[in-house]
Amino acid sequence: MTKAAELAKMGEVLTNSQIGGRRNIVINGAMQISQRGTSFSVSDNIYTLDRFVTEFSGLGAFTLTQSTDAPDGFGNSLKLDCTTADASPASGDIFQLFHKIEGQNLQQLKKGTSDAEKVTLSFFVKSNKTGNMQVNLRDANSRIIGATYAISSANTWERKTITFDGDTSGSIANDNTTELTIEFPVGSGSNYTSGAVPTAWEASSDADRNAGSNINIADNTANEWYLTGIQLEAGSQATPFEHRSFGEELSLCQRYYFQKINGNSQPVGIGSYISSGQIRTYIDFPVEMRADPSIVTSSGTSHFNLENPSDSFDGGWVLVQINKTSAIPYATGSVSGTTSYSGIIRSTSADARLAFNAEL
Amino acid sequence: MNIQTVRKNVIDGEVVSYQVTQQDSNLILSVPLDPANTDYQAILEWVAEGNTIEEAD
Repeated sequence: MTKAAELAKMGEVLTNSQIGGRRNIVINGAMQISQRGTSFSVSDNIYTLDRFVTEFSGLGAFTLTQSTDAPDGFGNSLKLDCTTADASPASGDIFQLFHKIEGQNLQQLKKGTSDAEKVTLSFFVKSNKTGNMQVNLRDANSRIIGATYAISSANTWERKTITFDGDTSGSIANDNTTELTIEFPVGSGSNYTSGAVPTAWEASSDADRNAGSNINIADNTANEWYLTGIQLEAGSQATPFEHRSFGEELSLCQRYYFQKINGNSQPVGIGSYISSGQIRTYIDFPVEMRADPSIVTSSGTSHFNLENPSDSFDGGWVLVQINKTSAIPYATGSVSGTTSYSGIIRSTSADARLAFNAEL
Repeated sequence: MNIQTVRKNVIDGEVVSYQVTQQDSNLILSVPLDPANTDYQAILEWVAEGNTIEEAD
């Protein structure tokens, strides 16, 4: 092999292998993690598969699921199934998926400098519908850039790669707030289509956000749309998807949402009666969360039990103290015990839920 | 989160969190007073729209 050929081979290896280290800014791009469940009736502003949240208003009805239909090399995808058609959307109707990214994970993009980096978005998509769709990057400075991509063949997985220019204006705060959002619109009314695709960074206008699409995934209940393998990386080269282990991806997701209890016979921790009508417990989080999280809890009758003495009580946990690493919640619903008694708390209902939410 | 009601949780005379019921879910949220928490931000927006936080029981 000649020297030139060796150098060319090295370049190929560096480009096409994992040698480059961490590249994918997107978390759960392979749709492996879905702590909240695997099937969702779509409404506005709900997190579904981990790290993917909806914007939804009036565009028919959809079920969103974690699917096992995926391209070779992947185990899962996010699936949208239209269950109520809306072939003639009202002007303000919209359905899109967002992936929000913290500013402190984006500093490498050098936004707002003369050296602002290009970014390349790649993903796998499949639908029974063919035509053009749009994807956008929108920042916290209300600036946006977008592009169209074609679904060329029905019911066929296709990988799309789009390189966006760097943005020499604005800035990205180096903190834990949302500084960049990837938007995947799947249908909308004219409020979102009457402009033009923002092919260069510009002030965000709703009229541009789905202007390049000629597909409405809501126009027929036979419609389905699948998405997986999302990767956003600095530079103009789309490298192969960076596969991470399930455990590593779960840990990354748990910075934003931690599902402690989801069903029956699961341990909460040690609890004690602060008073005859109040039980408190202490919970550590597996990773430091993005912000002080909210408790998300079921509230049904006898969802939990303190085992010594056996005492069933309801959910509806109340937050007393919390930081990014641990929480002290209490429960009062149907609690009746002896002050200072303690024991193991576990769930006693298939509907019991206890989670911690620090999503963007 | 689509808020239905918000109630103060008070310990020793201090508000320690907000208890939130949702319009489209039977799950309840207990929200800390952390400006970086997006549920807390949603409560502030909900109040700015003219809604009222209930006093503690």
